[in-house]
Amino acid sequence: MNTVADERVTEVWERLVREAQQSGYIVNTDDAFAKDLVRGLLENEARYGYRACPCRLASGVASEDQDIVCPCDYRDADLDEYGTCYCGLYVSPEVSRGERTGGSIPDRRPVGGVSARGEEMEQVSMKGLAFPVWRCRVCGYLCARPQPPLVCPVCKAGKERFERFM
Amino acid sequence: MLEPKHVEGIHNEHKVFLYALSTCGWCRKTKALLQELGIAYDYIDVDEQQGPDRELAKQEVLKWNPSLSFPTMVLDDKESVIGFSEARIRRIVSE
Ligand code: SF4
Repeated sequence: MNTVADERVTEVWERLVREAQQSGYIVNTDDAFAKDLVRGLLENEARYGYRACPCRLASGVASEDQDIVCPCDYRDADLDEYGTCYCGLYVSPEVSRGERTGGSIPDRRPVGGVSARGEEMEQVSMKGLAFPVWRCRVCGYLCARPQPPLVCPVCKAGKERFERFM
Repeated sequence: MLEPKHVEGIHNEHKVFLYALSTCGWCRKTKALLQELGIAYDYIDVDEQQGPDRELAKQEVLKWNPSLSFPTMVLDDKESVIGFSEARIRRIVSE
C-alpha cells in the first residue's frame, strides 16, 4: 500500500528529526529505514485517525491504542535497555554512533494493550498542594498546574498521555 | 477466509510462513532477506485484514507467538521465529 505521497513522508520525517534533536532524542540515521517507518505512521494515521506504531497491530479504537501512539509509552524504557525503540525509529546515542547495535527487540507492550496494563500508577498523596502534579507517560516530564499541557513540551506527546502523579 | 500471498523462490525445501504488518520495518527486512536468498514463502499482512479475517489472523499468530508481535515466522509448521532474525533466515537455505 502506498497511499502517502513521498513529499509528505519527507516533510514529516524532517520534522521528527528536528523535534527529536531539540528534545534530546535521536531518529535512526539509516534514513531509508526511518522514512519507511514514517510512511507507516502516516498510513496508520490515514486508516485509524492516529499515528499508531507501525510495528504493532492497532485495534482501531483510539482509547485502546493510546499507549502505542508514536512516540509510544515504551520508547524510553526500550532506549535505556536496548538502545532502540521497538520499531527502530528512535535510537540511543551509542547506537547512532555505531558503538552498539540496535536491531529487532522483544515487545514490552502487554498483549491487549491499555486494557491489559492494569491499574493506573499509584498516586502519591500529598495534602495541601496548590496544584495537582501531572506526569507524561511517554517521557516522565512533571508539571504542577490545574490541567496537563495540550502538548508535552519535552516529547510532544498529547494531553491524553498525562496521568495524575501527585 | 485468509488468503496468504505467495512469493516464489528457488529454495522451497522448507515451508516458510510469515505473519507480518505492511508498515513494520523489521517485517520489511524479513521479506527482503527471504527474497534476496531466493526462499519461497507465504505471508499475510495482518494489518491489511478486515473484520473477521483480522481476528482469525490474530488467533493464528497467538498460537505461535503469545506476545502477538511481528514479524512472526513459522518454519515447517513447527518452529516459530519471532522478530527479524537474520541468522535464522540464512540458516533456512543451508538446512
Ligand atoms: S517510538 Fe514506539 S511507536 Fe514510535 S516507532 Fe518507536 S516503537 Fe513505534
